[in-house]
Amino acid sequence: MNVTTTAAAQHTNTVAPLAIRGLSVAYQKKPVLRNVSFEVKEGELIGVIGPNGAGKSTLMKAALGLIPSIGGEVLVYGKSYKQQRKLIGYVPQRESVDWDFPTNALDVVLMGRYGHLGWFRRPGAKEKAIAVECLSKVGMADYADRQISQLSGGQQQRVFLARALAQDAKLYFMDEPFAGVDAATEKAIITLLQELKLQGKTVIVVHHDLATVQDYFDSVLLLNVELQAYGPTAQTFTQEHLQRTYGGRLAFLDRNLQSPPPSGKGE
Amino acid sequence: MDKILSMLADPNMQWIFLGCTLLGLSSGVIGCFSYLRKQSLMGDTLAHAALPGICIAFMLTGVKSIGLFLIGAGIAGLAATLGIGYITRNSKLKQDAAMGIVLSGFFGLGIVLLTFIQHGNYGNQSGLDKFMFGQAASMIASDVVAMTIVCGLLISVCALLFKQFKIISFDPGFARGIGYPVAFLEQLLMFLIVVAVVAGIQAVGVVLVAALLITPAVSARYWTDRLGLMVILSGLIGAASGAAGTWISASVSNLPTGPVTVLAATMLFGISVLFGPKRGLVAKRLMRRKAKRRFNRDTELHAQGSVKKEAAL
Repeated sequence: MNVTTTAAAQHTNTVAPLAIRGLSVAYQKKPVLRNVSFEVKEGELIGVIGPNGAGKSTLMKAALGLIPSIGGEVLVYGKSYKQQRKLIGYVPQRESVDWDFPTNALDVVLMGRYGHLGWFRRPGAKEKAIAVECLSKVGMADYADRQISQLSGGQQQRVFLARALAQDAKLYFMDEPFAGVDAATEKAIITLLQELKLQGKTVIVVHHDLATVQDYFDSVLLLNVELQAYGPTAQTFTQEHLQRTYGGRLAFLDRNLQSPPPSGKGE
Repeated sequence: MDKILSMLADPNMQWIFLGCTLLGLSSGVIGCFSYLRKQSLMGDTLAHAALPGICIAFMLTGVKSIGLFLIGAGIAGLAATLGIGYITRNSKLKQDAAMGIVLSGFFGLGIVLLTFIQHGNYGNQSGLDKFMFGQAASMIASDVVAMTIVCGLLISVCALLFKQFKIISFDPGFARGIGYPVAFLEQLLMFLIVVAVVAGIQAVGVVLVAALLITPAVSARYWTDRLGLMVILSGLIGAASGAAGTWISASVSNLPTGPVTVLAATMLFGISVLFGPKRGLVAKRLMRRKAKRRFNRDTELHAQGSVKKEAAL
C-alpha cells in the first residue's frame, strides 16, 4: 500500500521539504513503524495524529536520525538529513529534559544557535540578540534571566519553541508542543505556527487533541504503526480514516465528526 | 599561622600541597558534568575499576611504578566505561544497574588479584594496598608535574568544549539533532573522568576518590543557578578541600591526607546545604517564614479593610 500524497505530485517544481520512503523502525521484535512513506509540501502545517503507541514520536525521532531505523529512507530537501541538519528545527517533548539544570531561559534559547557556531566559538552579542528576539516572539522576553526550573510548564514549552526558532530552520518537527500547556501558551504556539507558515516554513507537529486538528493544520497524517491516511485536512480528517486509525475506540468520532466533515471552520 | 608557613617552607610539603589542590580543582570541574548528567556514580565505578588495572600492570611488569599503574588503571577504567555503555545500549538495564554490575565486578577482580599478588612471589609487593586508601605523602615532584599537566588538560578541554558539554548534559537529543557527535562527546567526558580519577587515586585512594568528583559539584549547585559559575565554584571548592586536607593532616600528626581532604569537602557540602542562597535549608526556612508573615499581614489588612468598609456603610 502506497499512500503518497497527490498534493506532492502537484508540486513537482519544488523539492519536498521532507520525503520519507518505506521507513520502518523496531525497538524489539515488533515493529513500531512499518513501511511508512509520505512527502510533505513546503509551507504547510502538518498534524501527526494517532493513538498512544502508534509511533508518532518514533516517526519524528527516526526522521531526525535520533534513533536507528531498520529500513527506509528520509530525504530533507532532496538530501539525507545529515547534510541538511541546519535546515531542521526540533522541539522535543518537554519532559525529555531535567528542568532543574543550572541555566536560564535565554541560555536554553541560545542552544538553538549552537548548530550555526563553530565548535569552539561561544555565542556572542549577535546570537544573544537573536535569542532575545525569539523569546519575545513567544511572549517570554521578560523571563530571559529566569532560572528554567522557576518557569511554569507552558513557559518551559515556549522556551523550547523559542530555541527551535533560534535554529532558523526551514523544516520544523514539534513533539506534542500542546501537551499539558495553559491557554496562554496554546495561543502563543498557534500564533507562532501561523507566523512560521507565513514565512514559508514547514512544520510537522505531533498532536493529541483531535478537537483542534481542523483548526490548526493544513494537512493531517494519521498513523498507527502503518500510515493510515495522509492529505489535506478537509479531505483526510474523516470519520472513516479516524475509525481505521483509532479502531473505533473513540467517542470523539460520534460526537464531533458528522460525515462528511465540515470543509472549513466557520468562526 | 606560623605552623602553615613553616609547613609550606618544607619543599616536600609544598609538592603535596600543590598536588592535592590541583587534584581537587580538576576533579571539581569535571565532576560538575558527571553530576548534571546524573552519573555521579561514574567516578566511583571508574575508581573501583582502576584496582584490577593496577594489579595487572604490576603483575605484567613486576615493577612498582606509578606511571605504569596509572596506565593500567586508565585502560581498566576505559574498559569499564565501554562496558557500561555497551550494557545500557544493548539491554533493558538502566545505567545505575549497569554501573553497579561493572563496579562490583571490577573491584572483586581487583581484590582477588591483590590477594594473589600478596601471596605470590612478587617480592616487591608492599605498597600496592596503598592504592586502596591513598597516600598523599608519597607524592614527589614528578607526580605533581604530571598532575599539573593533567589538570591543565582537563580544564582546557572543559573550557573549549563548554557549550558541547553543557548541551549534552542538558538535552542530548537536541544535541544529536543539531549534528553534534553525542556518542563521541559522551565518551570524551568519560575519558576525562577516568583521567581525573586516575590522577586522584595515589593521593586519595580507590575507595574515596569519587568523593572529589561528586561532593564539590553538588556543593557548588547550592550557590548558583548558572552552569559556568557552578563549574568554577566546584573547582574552587575542590581545590580548597585539597588544600585544607593537606594542611590539617600535616598539622595534626598521623592523619591521612586523602580521607581528611574528603572530610573537608564534606564539611563544605554541609555548609552549602545549610547556607546556600535560595536552595539552602536556612534560606528556604526564612523564605517560608517571610511568605507566611506577608500572608498573615495581608489577610489582616484585608479584614481591617472590610471592617472599615462596613463601618462606612
